[in-house]
Amino acid sequence: MAVAAIGPYEFQPKDRLENFHGNQVVYLHWEDHLMFCAPVAFPLPPAMPFAAFHDQIVPAAYAQHPDFVSIDWTQAEWKLDGAPFTPDPAKGLKEQGIGHKSVLVLRTPGLTGINGSHA
Amino acid sequence: MTTLLKEPKAKKLGLKERYAHLTRGLGWETTYQPMSKVFPFADYEGIKIHDWDAWEDPFRLTMDAYWKYQAEKERKLYAVIDSFAQNNGQMNITDARYINAIKIFLTGVSPLEYMAHRGYAQVGRHFVGAGPRVACQMQAIDELRHAQTQIHTISHYNKFFDGLHDSRHMHDRVWYLSVPKSFFDDAASAGPFEFLTAISFSFEYVLTNLLFVPFMSGAAFNGDMATVTFGFSAQSDESRHMTLGLEIIKFMLEQDEGNVPIVQKWIDKWFWRGYRLLTIVAMMMDYMLPKRVMSWAEAWEMYFEEAGGALFKDLARYGIREPKYADVARKEKGRLSHEAWCTFYNYTHAAAFHTWVPKEEELAWLSEKYPDTFDKLYRPRFEYWQKQQEAGKRFYNNSLPQLCTVCQVPMLFTEPDDPTKICFRRAEHKGETYHFCSDGCCDIFKDEPEKYIQSWLPVHQIFQGNCGGATIPDVLAWYHLNNGVDNLDYQGSPDQQLWDAWMKDRGKAGG
Ligand SMILES: [Fe+2]
Ligand SMILES: [Fe+2]
Ligand SMILES: [Zn+2]
Repeated sequence: MAVAAIGPYEFQPKDRLENFHGNQVVYLHWEDHLMFCAPVAFPLPPAMPFAAFHDQIVPAAYAQHPDFVSIDWTQAEWKLDGAPFTPDPAKGLKEQGIGHKSVLVLRTPGLTGINGSHA
Repeated sequence: MTTLLKEPKAKKLGLKERYAHLTRGLGWETTYQPMSKVFPFADYEGIKIHDWDAWEDPFRLTMDAYWKYQAEKERKLYAVIDSFAQNNGQMNITDARYINAIKIFLTGVSPLEYMAHRGYAQVGRHFVGAGPRVACQMQAIDELRHAQTQIHTISHYNKFFDGLHDSRHMHDRVWYLSVPKSFFDDAASAGPFEFLTAISFSFEYVLTNLLFVPFMSGAAFNGDMATVTFGFSAQSDESRHMTLGLEIIKFMLEQDEGNVPIVQKWIDKWFWRGYRLLTIVAMMMDYMLPKRVMSWAEAWEMYFEEAGGALFKDLARYGIREPKYADVARKEKGRLSHEAWCTFYNYTHAAAFHTWVPKEEELAWLSEKYPDTFDKLYRPRFEYWQKQQEAGKRFYNNSLPQLCTVCQVPMLFTEPDDPTKICFRRAEHKGETYHFCSDGCCDIFKDEPEKYIQSWLPVHQIFQGNCGGATIPDVLAWYHLNNGVDNLDYQGSPDQQLWDAWMKDRGKAGG
C-alpha cells in the first residue's frame, strides 16, 4: 500500500549499500545461545573471505561464551537468509551470496547453552 | 444627593450557554477562503465526517475553568516538590537502583509528553469541528505541563544521581531511546485522525494503565513521593485524555461505515507499536523496582486482557475486533521482561542507566511469578553472569545488535510458539531487504514501506559514521553520556557508592 500523504511521497532508503562507505551490513546469530540477547551486526567489506569472517568476526562476537571452545566446526551448520548454506572459506562474502543485510545463522549441534537453557 | 443610575445589568449566561459560546462559537464556515484550504489535512486519510456538530464533549470544560483548576493543582504540586527537596526525600527511597527507572522515565517518557504537546497543538489546529479542536488544545497544554512538571520533579534527583543531566539531547541520539522517539515521530507524521487513534485511543485509552500505574505505584512502593505527586497531578488530565480517545473512535465509527476498516487498521498498528514500546515497562516492573508492585504478566492480564477485552467486546457493535496479534502479546507475557532486561544487561556499557543481576530473593520472586519460564530459560544465565562478575569478568556484549526496522528494538523477541528461537521476519521493497522482530512490525512495514525505509536505525547510523565516531567512547561522547559514570553495572557505580555512604552515615546517626 502507499502512504496516505498530502503530496508526492518518495524517499531514498536510509540504509542502502552506498551509505556504508564500501562496507555491507552482515547479521550474525548463534542459535541456542541467547546469553547474547539478539543477533549482531557488522559492517564488512563485501570481498572479505569467509575464512576471515570465521576466524575474526565470529570469535569477536561469541568467544565469551563457555560453549565457544567446545564447538566442533566440522559439525557446525550454517543458514544464509533462512536457507541451509555451506560456506566456502576461500571465497568472498558477496561472491557466495552473502549480501547487504544478509543474515547468517550458526547452529552447533550438541551445544545448547548454559545448563541446556538455550542461553 | 444624586442618585446614581445603575446600568441595566447583562443577564448572566447559563453554564450550557457559556460552554457553547466558548467552544462551538469558536468555529465557523469560512467565506474568504474555501474550508478545504483552511483545513488541508481534514480529508486525505480517507476518514469521512458528515456532521462535526455530532461530537459530544462529556467534560464541558471551558478555558477559564480549565486555567483555574490547573493552577490549583500546580500550587499543590510545587509545595510537595519543595518539601521533598527540603527534607532530603532522595534519602527515603528504597535503594538507589530504583533511580534507574526514573532515568528511563526522564529520557524516554518525558520527551514524549513534550511531543504530545506538539502533536495535540497541531491536531487542535487542523480538525474542522470546534468540539474536538478545543479538547485537543486543552490536551496540548496538559501535555506541556506534564513534560514541565516531570522535568522539575526529577531535577532534584539530578543533583545526586548520574544519567539525568541531558535527557532531551539523549532522547534524540541514544540507541534505545530511538524506540520511544520513532514511535511518536511515526504518530506525529501521520494525519490528525491517525494521530488521535494512535495516541488518544491506543496509547492513552488502551495501554496507558500499563505505563502510568507501574511507574506511579512503583514510585509509591519505593518511597519516591515526588514522582507519586506529579502522577496524581496528571491523573485528572488523563481521564480527560482517555475520554477523548474513546470519543474520537466512536465518532469516526458512527460518522461513516467506510471509516471502519481504516480505524481497524490503525488500531491494529498502534496496538502493536504501543505494546512493543511497553517492553521497557515490563522490564522496569520485574527487574528495576527494589520493591515490586506486581509482575508484568499480572499487569498485562489485569489491564489488557481483562479491561481491554471488555472494551473490544463493547466496540464489536461497530464492527471493530480485538487488535491483531493480541494473541502474540499473550504468548510473550512470560518472557518479555526477561528478554528485555538481559538485553540491557548485555549493553549497559552503552546505556545511560545501570543494570545488575537480581539479588537472591529477587530471583526467587521471579521464579514464583514466572513458574513456567524463569528457572528453565532465564535463571541459568543470571547465575552464570553472577559468577563471572564475582570473578571480575562482568559480561558485556561487544557487538552491536541487529534492530527491527519498525519498532527499532534489538531483535530480542522469540518466536511466539518457541521462546528459545529468535523471531526473524523479513520483507523486500524495491530491491532492498528489511528485517523485523515480529509479524506485527512486518505488517506495519508492508502497509507503508515508504515511511519505514527512512527509519533512523541507531546501529546502522553508527556504521554510516553519523554518530560521533567508530568506537564506543566516541559514540558515548556524542550521546553526552559520561563513560564510566552513567553507564556500566550498578555494582561499583558512583550511584552505588553514594548510596552506600548515605546508608552508612544513617546507620551511625541511628547509633
Ligand atoms: Fe501526558
Ligand atoms: Fe495524556
Ligand atoms: Zn519490531
